[in-house]
Amino acid sequence: MQTAVSQAPSPKRSFLYDPNVRGIFYQVLLVAIVSYLFYAAATNAIDNLQRARIASGFGFLENTAGFDISQTLITFSAAGSTYGEAFVVGLLNTLVVSAIGIVFATILGFIVGIARLSSNWMVAKVSMVYVELLRNIPLLLQLLFWYIAVLGPLPQPRNSVEMGAGFFLNSRGLFMPRPLYASDVWVVFAALAVGIVATAVFRYWARKQQEATGRQYPVGLVTLALVLGLPVAAWVVLALAGANPISFEMPQKGTFNLQGGMQVLPEFVALLLGLTTYTAAFIAEVVRAGILAVSKGQTEAAGSLGLKPGQTLRLVVIPQAMRVIIPPLTSQYLNLTKNSSLAVAIGYPDLVQVFMGTVLNQTGQAIEVVVITMGVYLTISLVTSFFMNIYNRRVAIVER
Amino acid sequence: MKKALVSIAFGLTASLFATGASAQATLNSVKQKGFLTCGSNTGLAGFGVPDAQGNWTGLDVDLCRAIAAAIFDDPTKVRYIPLAAKDRFTALQSGEVDVLSRNSTHTMSRDTQLGLDFPTINYYDGQGFMVRKSLGVSSAKELDGASICTQQGTTTELNLADYFRANNMKYEVVAFATSDETFKAYDSGRCDAFTTDASGLYAERLRASAPDDHVVLPEIISKEPLGPAVRHGDDQWADIVRWTHNAMLNAEELGVTKANVDQMKTSENPEIKRLLGSEGKFGEAIGLTNDWAYRIIKNVGNYGEIFEANVGEGSRLKIKRGQNALWTKGGLQYGIPIR
Repeated sequence: MQTAVSQAPSPKRSFLYDPNVRGIFYQVLLVAIVSYLFYAAATNAIDNLQRARIASGFGFLENTAGFDISQTLITFSAAGSTYGEAFVVGLLNTLVVSAIGIVFATILGFIVGIARLSSNWMVAKVSMVYVELLRNIPLLLQLLFWYIAVLGPLPQPRNSVEMGAGFFLNSRGLFMPRPLYASDVWVVFAALAVGIVATAVFRYWARKQQEATGRQYPVGLVTLALVLGLPVAAWVVLALAGANPISFEMPQKGTFNLQGGMQVLPEFVALLLGLTTYTAAFIAEVVRAGILAVSKGQTEAAGSLGLKPGQTLRLVVIPQAMRVIIPPLTSQYLNLTKNSSLAVAIGYPDLVQVFMGTVLNQTGQAIEVVVITMGVYLTISLVTSFFMNIYNRRVAIVER
Repeated sequence: MKKALVSIAFGLTASLFATGASAQATLNSVKQKGFLTCGSNTGLAGFGVPDAQGNWTGLDVDLCRAIAAAIFDDPTKVRYIPLAAKDRFTALQSGEVDVLSRNSTHTMSRDTQLGLDFPTINYYDGQGFMVRKSLGVSSAKELDGASICTQQGTTTELNLADYFRANNMKYEVVAFATSDETFKAYDSGRCDAFTTDASGLYAERLRASAPDDHVVLPEIISKEPLGPAVRHGDDQWADIVRWTHNAMLNAEELGVTKANVDQMKTSENPEIKRLLGSEGKFGEAIGLTNDWAYRIIKNVGNYGEIFEANVGEGSRLKIKRGQNALWTKGGLQYGIPIR
């Protein structure tokens, strides 16, 4: 049989109506517009800078800075250091406060989040009040509160609070003994390294044993003994042998302030307290949501297997809750890092305070300084996300 | 990501084009707007400070009022933009303000690298220190090991580093973004000493919880010629700012005051005639009317008058004329002749 209808020749469509051609056209157009905008912005900026005789380029990073910074993790002096080094000082200060803040906020956040679900009415309500209070007050106000109201009234150096063991507290910060290492200190550090390796081996062995025989070993105690005990033992042995591997430089009263020892600035403490307590309130909610997402049957099943409540939480609930917790937790870490730029309000020398404040003003090169600073925050955030995403993949549900 | 890029590109272009447009012919744009935007201090008694009603007063503020008077014959046609030290030059560069009159030190790098011009000096100052009396310190040389509060982005911050280095002394610097935060930190005991320009020390001491507990040390460690700044490249505008200050100086030298300026108009003294515009076309040469200086003196006063009212014996600061006296009286203020 032959079909009566012959294959109609495909209608000659104008190529203007071809969706593929159109798609490509729009993409090319967008790229062209974006490139033009960048080109126009850049050439216009260069033109204007030249016309206004404003210095440009990144050469300024090698000029002598000429100012001092209160907290420096690398050697920095007004005499010899450059704007580039001032940038590094600011960056390190930002990283330090963010890293410590993230650790503390995570610990505090988990405690508060779990406590909010406690069956103890008092504990649950105290956690609720903490969360609602801290996350609903602007962070800037909290920082000023910690700095001015909490740390401000500390006594003057001449009336420092003596906390024993060489620790002092006054309006200039917290002072503590500075460890001074002698040349034979390597023995102590070697003992520490051995302790850490031995712990890892023991933990691995204990897990295998438990899987094979069901017998449990006191992993926590052994870890403590190996990691802390070994170095202390090495130190004691050295001290008995007459060597003195670690001595301490104690803070001494000077004309104005305590001299020597280590000093933690009140600006740092205020910023750390503010960032930690504020972010912990958000993390607590993330943790609470994560735990509530694990079905009640899991807890009941764990209970019927004879696990204690603590074990249930640690071994059954939290590992499953982590899948829900990690993505929003990453956002909170990023927020904490970015919020650390509020340091500028309380005089903590972070990247924004040092670089966007003093350096920008001394050099007048606003565009370069702002671009570098934006690039740094973007990089820090992307790196944090990258590692959190790897971790997320590890705890994510494995579908079989 | 692409979206973000586009918005960044838009933002950059918008802000950069805006800069381009305002880089020239400031006078025209001021006339068009109908008011002058003046970058002022966030609050420094005697130099630039708003009262409870939002009226600004001070020596630097009066310079802006004088410029507005010269242009509009109305000293109130000024919009004040309070700026922290670290933001002030960016605000001027970007065209946010027409003139920066905010106790800013004229230095070579600011003049040559920031794209700015400093047309004149309206206050000669120098940096000093203030400490609590209870410390028992009587000289800045005794400050070895002290914590010192200062405002960031200032010449003060740099001079401080120089001074301690030159004298081989140690110190701990605590830098804040605004003068307000800096002084509060000192007043609450965060620092042993507070440093800024000497005029600022006297002004800030008034705000201390107990002003009499603080003492200003005798050392002056730097030269701080303070003056207004404008964008580089608009010479006409720089001329207006320069000659506004010089008109006020010449008026003081010639004895022309706010009160007697109308009678002085009939004076036969050729210098006064040129100043008040009855002889020559000096005003037109800078793009204004020939009675420009008359307007300044009538509305604001001469330099001596604004000095006394804001920072001198007639004010709470009670600063002596010292270096800021006229050159005829042993000071540095020297009115360049109008002729």
